[in-house]
Amino acid sequence: MSPGGPDLEKPMPATIDTTYRDAIHRAIDEEMERNPDVFLIGEDIGRYEGTFKVTKGFWPKYGERRVVDTPIVEPGFTGIAIGAAMTGLRPIVEMMTMSFSILALDQIINHAAKIHYMTGGQAKVPLVVRGPGGAAKQLSAQHSHSLEGWYAHVPGLKVVAPSTVEDAYGMLKSAVWDDNPVIFTENPGLYTLKGSIPDDKDFSVPFGKAQVLREGTDLSLIGYSRMTQVNLATAERLSEEGIDAEVVDVRSLLPLDTDTIFESVRKTHRAVVVYEDWKSGGFGAEIAARIGEECFDDLDAPVGRVGGLNVPMPYARVLELECIPDVENVIAAVRRLV
Amino acid sequence: MAKAKLDHKVESPALIEDFYRQMLLIRHFEEKCNFAYRQGKVGGYMHVYIGMEATAVGINHALRPGWDYVMAAYRDHPQPLLMGADPVSVMAEIMGRKGGLSKGKGGSMHIYDIERGFFGGWGIVGGHTALGTGLAFAAKYRGEDRVTVCYLGDGAANAGVFFEVMNMASLWDLPIIYVIENNEFAMGTRLEYHASDTELWKRGLPFGIESERIDGMDVLQVAKDAARIVERVRSTSRPCVLEVMNYRFAGHGAADNDRRLYRTAEEEEAAYQRDPLPRLERVMLETNAMTREKMEAIDEEIKAQVDKIYEAADAIPFPDPAEVYADVYTDMEPEKGH
Repeated sequence: MSPGGPDLEKPMPATIDTTYRDAIHRAIDEEMERNPDVFLIGEDIGRYEGTFKVTKGFWPKYGERRVVDTPIVEPGFTGIAIGAAMTGLRPIVEMMTMSFSILALDQIINHAAKIHYMTGGQAKVPLVVRGPGGAAKQLSAQHSHSLEGWYAHVPGLKVVAPSTVEDAYGMLKSAVWDDNPVIFTENPGLYTLKGSIPDDKDFSVPFGKAQVLREGTDLSLIGYSRMTQVNLATAERLSEEGIDAEVVDVRSLLPLDTDTIFESVRKTHRAVVVYEDWKSGGFGAEIAARIGEECFDDLDAPVGRVGGLNVPMPYARVLELECIPDVENVIAAVRRLV
Repeated sequence: MAKAKLDHKVESPALIEDFYRQMLLIRHFEEKCNFAYRQGKVGGYMHVYIGMEATAVGINHALRPGWDYVMAAYRDHPQPLLMGADPVSVMAEIMGRKGGLSKGKGGSMHIYDIERGFFGGWGIVGGHTALGTGLAFAAKYRGEDRVTVCYLGDGAANAGVFFEVMNMASLWDLPIIYVIENNEFAMGTRLEYHASDTELWKRGLPFGIESERIDGMDVLQVAKDAARIVERVRSTSRPCVLEVMNYRFAGHGAADNDRRLYRTAEEEEAAYQRDPLPRLERVMLETNAMTREKMEAIDEEIKAQVDKIYEAADAIPFPDPAEVYADVYTDMEPEKGH
């Protein structure tokens, strides 16, 4: 390699075409191979292969010691994982759906999130809690919650919500390597999303960095998880009308990269924040408030918000679709600003 | 009453003296904590172990120092003292000083000495039983013959998560002893008003866990029973539920200053007759293991020792205000400012 220049001899890392689901699967698999302290624990993740099949094949490969099928008791097995993490093991807890993590809130918030602090730094909790968060398809009111905003409220946790295949892969790596409890939410609507990842076991995507997935000049569409995909589709539609939207993928809620968000707003002077969670009190409200606090002089219009309807998720598909923000809802919000 | 006889195979005069000193240390330490609370040197909630000393002393004797794990709820001053923690740093934590084991972040309810195997120190009734089970899970995962002792109160014996983790501890053969310290009160609610079956040792039976009830006011008996049980748990990797009958001489916490709301003076007077300290003194006198003069000398010695501990702790400054952000995360600071 010549000093100061790129290594022309070194081939570009190859990429692997895959899906969001398989990218997560691959990240877990590689980290379990790499580190014997990493283990999986959750409901139906072993013999049954996981409700969303993310853990398919792990039980035959790693055995019941490292792929722990549990009774259906979220507080109990989450707490066991936290206790194990306090001794240095690196558990990955699968919530069958993030909605069920509500049962384990005491363990996650009252225990995991504050252990490092309460012990004066003596104990670390290298824990990952992951699973599908948000609406799948007609799973109705008790299986469709977007709870990332609740978790992002809690100091001591890290909370990420990747929207792309590459980020799902790279952020899960970061989550497993992190010495703090990480909430990793996977929107079930993203599992079949196609994309590519670097063929590099050491690849990772750091937390606390938002990214601009589409550059634009007229307004900023800000979101995370599946809503980023909605924002990208919205930007395409808007471009047909000559509106050039920038799409900011927040991807890490805690820590939150406000610099990238503010930089985008200062460029476009207009912002719409989009989130699947209930609109009232959801994490999008936090983002909107921060833009208001820091970018007031740069704004040409009030910050717009598009959130999920403030109702329990209904079963009938037509009602469910009514609740989840879509391209039309985002466009309607944009119309109020431009 | 039959005259006491010592089993010299297990009850050497030196060991009895150790027990006596340990119980006196806890008694005087806790009385000093009460004093500090009355002086306004301790805030918040503080729960002392007065009357229950024989339980922790007897059980601690059966454990391997620096190897076995111990977890307690919020009545957590005695365990670190018995496990070799610096008593000044225990007192300093209770007094919220920077030299406390948790750097003044935890307080009386959140004392930890992870290096010595003491994992706290928890304020959510029953919640920590899951974490304690996680410690045992980790030992099993690593193939280590560590035993975990998880203390809980009679109030916690009703908690749902406790039932969840007893099930998993039995299902997975985890080497844990759940020590239910039955001091007859869940805060101000008497046992028969909070437990449909007041024989709490039976909590383990539905899960196929070997379970028993012992007298927690006789330190020699507790030590013998604990040695037997710890050995069994270590060699079989099977859990145990151990109900230890003792009595909380003090109120629930330092702020509980009207015990007549839930118990009579006559009842307390009867309980004081079971005080584990005079009980051991009687045995020592009857068996000529120690003279009254020596007991009095040891008592004075330990009182003076506790005075020194208190003075040393009181000389330690409070944490620097900037410390408020330290140890929220292992690798980053939280966002700052109000």
